[in-house]
Amino acid sequence: MTTINAPTAIQPKKKKLSPRKRAQRIRIVQYAVLGLLVLVAVLFADGQQIVNVFFRPDLIAKALGPGLGMALLNTVLYSIGAFIFGLVLGTVLALMKLSQIGPYRWLATGYIEFFRGVPAIIVLLAFGLLGIAFPGLKFPLAPFGTVWTALGMVSAAYMAETIRAGIQAVPKGQVEAARSLGMPAGLATRYIVMPQAFRIVTPPLTNELILLVKDSSLVYVLGLTTGAFELTKYGREMSSTYGNLTPLIVAGFCYLLITLPLTLLVRRMEARQRKAR
Amino acid sequence: MTQTIPTGNRADEIQIYDLHKSFGDLEVLKGITTTIHRGEVVCVIGPSGSGKSTLLRCVNLLEQPTQGRIFILNEEITDPDADVDHLRTLMGMVFQSFNLFPHLTALQNCTIALVRVLGKDPKEAERIAMENLTKVGLGDRGHSYPAQMSGGQQQRVAIARALSMDPEMMLFDEPTSALDPELVGDVLSVMRDLAAGGMTMMVVTHEMAFAREVADRVLFMDGGVIVEEGPPSEVIGDPKEERTRTFLARVLDPTHVRTGAEDAAYAKRHADEAIDTEAKRNRILASHRPPSHRPSSH
Repeated sequence: MTTINAPTAIQPKKKKLSPRKRAQRIRIVQYAVLGLLVLVAVLFADGQQIVNVFFRPDLIAKALGPGLGMALLNTVLYSIGAFIFGLVLGTVLALMKLSQIGPYRWLATGYIEFFRGVPAIIVLLAFGLLGIAFPGLKFPLAPFGTVWTALGMVSAAYMAETIRAGIQAVPKGQVEAARSLGMPAGLATRYIVMPQAFRIVTPPLTNELILLVKDSSLVYVLGLTTGAFELTKYGREMSSTYGNLTPLIVAGFCYLLITLPLTLLVRRMEARQRKAR
Repeated sequence: MTQTIPTGNRADEIQIYDLHKSFGDLEVLKGITTTIHRGEVVCVIGPSGSGKSTLLRCVNLLEQPTQGRIFILNEEITDPDADVDHLRTLMGMVFQSFNLFPHLTALQNCTIALVRVLGKDPKEAERIAMENLTKVGLGDRGHSYPAQMSGGQQQRVAIARALSMDPEMMLFDEPTSALDPELVGDVLSVMRDLAAGGMTMMVVTHEMAFAREVADRVLFMDGGVIVEEGPPSEVIGDPKEERTRTFLARVLDPTHVRTGAEDAAYAKRHADEAIDTEAKRNRILASHRPPSHRPSSH
């Protein structure tokens, strides 16, 4: 085995780069590759063709009609309703998961694992047919009630884990101080632990809201009436009418109108938390 | 004459009988029996890992004792059916790390339990809180959040928070250990005033000067037992036990630097005293002492 190592012993003759110089060189190579790729893309792209497939001006104008505003509003309503539903249920699940009582913990764990493991689209489909499976069962404010419940139940599973982590991140001394003042466990949780836990989990919960905004695009599987269209459904309908993808691309940019400000908000909150620490 | 448990005497505010506490295999308290009387200031001293903080935390049941009984005003807090929350309102607790509620102002820190636990009217609660904040010299900081205050101020708010519940007695768990040296004095002077006002106090502390000046009685703990107790002039001024003398030499020697490693070694040694031979003891002591170690004459 020692013979294999022998050649390396001769190599020190090769000039060794300092780490800084080496990093510099690697970066130059990276920029060169990136520049090459852009160049190839520009050379081979047919601008007119791209516009025809994705950005037809006449269809952009058509897509920017009153229906788009309605769809945007519906997307926001679906997401926020589901978020509130998920927040409440997620908090309950998080508390159950931290409970001393075994069955509470098992129930919460079962729920969380199930809804985190199943695609949201299947849950939505199932909820769409609940009214038929259980005759007489009707969600209020159709289709909003159905969407809020179905998407809310899925996001509650994710939020429960986040909130649980937030509760556990509150120092033990906080509970001890509250208990030493004679507060029963319930009061200590409500007035001391939860307010601090929610402060910790606000950024990750806002990320969950962003995910929900995008998940609301799954609502199309429920077969909606025109007034209940959200962005994706609106774009798809118009795209198939005109046989062109442009309206859907417009819808896609509308999601950015919602998600980008939220992303910025999360970044600012995280920066503020880092400072406060 | 056989002693009755509890004594039934109103002045015997905290009665502790044969208290044991284990964390897993580690027995931290090995049979503590003592009584703390009304108006008495008891300082508990001893090396890290001696169980003094655990003892204090057992008194208001933040730690569940493994064995033994504790009575608060002759009511057994270790009874499974005891109204622990009510008994805790009678004992103010001050922690080493302050444990103020960071999302509440100083004033709200003081009022929250008054309103939520004692059911006081918010206006009345605020009046009581203000009174106690003023007492600790922070009457003008009521609307500050803990993060906006120095450690010494935070600890004084913590004292005001405990006092707002109008407790019968106060428990202090190393209240100045987390403070910058120049901030210790303010907290100690608040505690001195409290003691002078006749408050029953149990204080776990490393401040020997404070113990010597304020305490009516000093308990020296080591290895989970009370090694020596008595007035400070005896326990600190003229200790009878070798272990007390060793400890005081270590604490009072100004050239001695306390290190985490040494504390860990101390805790480990006391965790398993069965195999703790004199040789091992000396070796650990010798390895951590400065070579020119000489007990000072305080």
